[in-house]
Amino acid sequence: MSKPSSRDERAARIRELLETEGDAVAANTRGFNRGRYESTADLDDYESLKAEARSIKEDAIERLPDLIDDLRERVEARGGTVYVADDAADANAYVREVVDGENVVKSKSMTTEELDLNDALEADGARVTETDLGEWVIQLADEEPSHIVAPGIHKSREAIADLFAERFDLAEDDRPETAEELTRFAREKLLTEIETADVGVTGANFLTADSGSLALVTSEGNARKTAVVPDTHVAVAGVEKVIPSVEDLAPFVELIGRSGTGQDITSYVSLFTPPTPSPPVRFGGPDEPIADPGTAGGVGAGEPHPERDFHLVLVDNGRLAMREDDDLRETLYCIRCSACSNSCGNFQSVGGHAFGGETYSGGIATGWEAGVEGLDTAAEFNDLCTGCSRCVPACPVGIDIPWINTVVRDRINRGDHGVGDERRDGDPGDGVAGEFDFLVDGLTPDEEPAGLDPAKRLFGNFETLARLGSATAPLSNRAADLGPVRAAMDRWLGVARERDLPKFERETLVDWFRDRGGPRVSESMARREAVVYPDVYTNHVAVDRGKAAVRTLEALGVRVTVPESAAVGSGRAPLSQGMVETARRKAERCRDALLPEIEAGRDVVVIEPSDLAAFEREYERLLPEADAERLADGSYEALEYVYGLLEHGADAGGLTAAETGRDGDGGETGEPVAYHAHCQQRTLELEAHTVAVLERLGYEVTTSETECCGMAGSFGYKSEYYELSMDVGEPLVEQFGDAERVLASGTSCCEQLDALLGDSIEHPIEAIAPEP
Amino acid sequence: MQSDTPDECAAFVANAERHHAAVHRVDPDPDAVASAIADLVAEPAVGVRLPGGLSLPDGVATDPTPADLDAAVTGVTAATLAVADYGSVVVCSDAAGTEAVSLFPDRHVAVVRAGDVVPGMREAMGVLGDRLRAGESAVIATGPSATADMGDLVVGAHGPREVEIVLVEGDRE
Ligand code: SF4
Repeated sequence: MSKPSSRDERAARIRELLETEGDAVAANTRGFNRGRYESTADLDDYESLKAEARSIKEDAIERLPDLIDDLRERVEARGGTVYVADDAADANAYVREVVDGENVVKSKSMTTEELDLNDALEADGARVTETDLGEWVIQLADEEPSHIVAPGIHKSREAIADLFAERFDLAEDDRPETAEELTRFAREKLLTEIETADVGVTGANFLTADSGSLALVTSEGNARKTAVVPDTHVAVAGVEKVIPSVEDLAPFVELIGRSGTGQDITSYVSLFTPPTPSPPVRFGGPDEPIADPGTAGGVGAGEPHPERDFHLVLVDNGRLAMREDDDLRETLYCIRCSACSNSCGNFQSVGGHAFGGETYSGGIATGWEAGVEGLDTAAEFNDLCTGCSRCVPACPVGIDIPWINTVVRDRINRGDHGVGDERRDGDPGDGVAGEFDFLVDGLTPDEEPAGLDPAKRLFGNFETLARLGSATAPLSNRAADLGPVRAAMDRWLGVARERDLPKFERETLVDWFRDRGGPRVSESMARREAVVYPDVYTNHVAVDRGKAAVRTLEALGVRVTVPESAAVGSGRAPLSQGMVETARRKAERCRDALLPEIEAGRDVVVIEPSDLAAFEREYERLLPEADAERLADGSYEALEYVYGLLEHGADAGGLTAAETGRDGDGGETGEPVAYHAHCQQRTLELEAHTVAVLERLGYEVTTSETECCGMAGSFGYKSEYYELSMDVGEPLVEQFGDAERVLASGTSCCEQLDALLGDSIEHPIEAIAPEP
Repeated sequence: MQSDTPDECAAFVANAERHHAAVHRVDPDPDAVASAIADLVAEPAVGVRLPGGLSLPDGVATDPTPADLDAAVTGVTAATLAVADYGSVVVCSDAAGTEAVSLFPDRHVAVVRAGDVVPGMREAMGVLGDRLRAGESAVIATGPSATADMGDLVVGAHGPREVEIVLVEGDRE
């Protein structure tokens, strides 16, 4: 029975983090995320800067070995040393030799966290002090960073005050309490450490091969002190940090702070070309001037200071293998800005202690941990990426983070690695488990390895389940609602019993359309022709919204068909479980059904945003490029399509407009609606179309400020993530709790809002459709 | 790309202030510059000799020792470039100790010529490219040092908490 309880253990761990760290993490990450929106909005050329940053990284990783050679040449020409370390042990051995048990001050570096460098140095008797305030707090507390940029965001000010008081044995009256006092206290303590340090260890955000310089992006100034005070500087950086030239730094400097914490620029961007000309500051001999009187400064004074010693340790530790890996390579473009953490609903709720591995946290951590630590580590938290894709437009180098998560999930599924795989080590003799195996196996004609976790297999094969569900409705619905069935599903399949299960309709959308006699707009009268794509949910569960779409388009003069042949899943469900081969097969089937329609001049209208997102984003990974492109070009989100029709002169008269009311001054007001666009729809930049259509019909629209509702497809149905999912949706309750009418585009968003608001949520197409 | 059009300087002033640095515009007369600096200095003060015929006021000690750095309230240095879009100043890490002088005291007074204001980051990197390839080091400093690690934004972490910029009008010498 140990395995089902590991699902419980995970749920318990998440519950604990939600209680202890959730509030601090949420306040900070949501603040950073808001800051990102505000700060990037000030950039006229934000998109082109991102594209430029991306292409610099692509080029740099492509030419990495040459760039490393150039960098080495430049650093060595100035008398510095460059050491390329194969792995953590190799890197640590090198740094240990340089440090030789002396006092070390460090500025924040995730790469040294990855190496566990501090432990290695301390084992030799070195005194190692982190000088980044957040990192120092974590060091004092003996905890792990919970965020790649702000490592201590899980700790409240009060907790830091308590920590200082305890560690430094402070009397009640001397306790620093305010943020200002705590900062002063830390500054003074750390200044002493810096002044007596023998070696300064920093990371590097970028290394420029043409000049042999390292760029360090900080706001506190600790990295500057760490590099300038001791005469020995060791910089430790992943090999992927090398870019070709100083000029290439420009887009990164503009993007990194804005993308991360929402600062236009960090206070300091240090550009050290080491060994630097700066004289070391010898606090041990305080009466000697730091520089010989009369020494020239300013431009032209670049000779290395004769007493300076510099070592650059470039860390491979799996990175060069990632470079050869078509799916993981993109990870190396990451500039560690943290936007993917801050924009992530799940991360905002639990932080990096749940959503992270040995070192890295947030969406991209799956790529890093899989590459530097291995699949086992990535498997521990990879589930927390729901594929909502809100990080994609936030990432300054355009990494398809959800795809990396999907691929790694697939490798975990196949590689027998894991947490997703709870049943296999369970009690083999348990009859209930066996029965579900039978059921799941029967339902799952997929391409996946036999040992795949049945829960994943169940969710990934929702299409088959839905067919069966409709065919046997209402019996299927009643059976699924039975207490013992739900208990067993919870226990063995990990389906949260708190959730309402989808109710399958006996009459599918395809049945309805056929039985009512097919298209109602004649070919000769038709403004356009369109296929309403009967996605699995619309066809079997949310059939009303499909009918609403048909009526709406017909009212706008479109000849609509809903062909039986098109009633095939997009592959979104298996994709979300990391079942890439199954998804590929579905994508091929979908292409075979839809491309002929497009070729026959029909538009494909998609109601479920996650399916459209599959066509537009993932199909390019699953299908030949030309097919994916034609399908993406021929497909439209339902309200996007309506918007286009109205823009081209279709008459909105047949649609249901908002009821008008009177405001306090007797003026006319539109009916207020609260609208939550689906996360993937927003990534496709299709939220605005729905809002525009609703406004045109007289609605007063408030849009949600939440990145993702928390349900994210099947995620919120999983027992171990149910509470997290509800927590992620909490801001929606705050924003929409009083709204009279709430609209949402995604099926899972509707279910989640239903559960959160206790209300019945409509798709916008249902709001505007003509009465049946 | 160097420019001192009124627009650029005005943008520099506005953006520096947005990032909590104050800018004081002065005529390119050495006495006026020295007196503007003097107004901004709280003692004890340390400094690095200014280039281009400008001088430091009395009361700013050059050739500081580590003890001077520790005790100083103000550090005065030149900045060799400024970025209008961000209100940043570029301070050399040079052999004269400019990095330390600009970093340890609570107040940093940076003296920069209007002719050294460039419009954006791209132009700044354009200038810095050649300098770095020639072996120089520098920091692009924008406003005071800051941290949000103690539960709220605090200005003045390991570096200065006040930044005063003396912008010397006129062309480059
Ligand atoms: S993956 Fe992109 S968004 Fe995430 S930390 Fe890296 S650069 Fe930033």
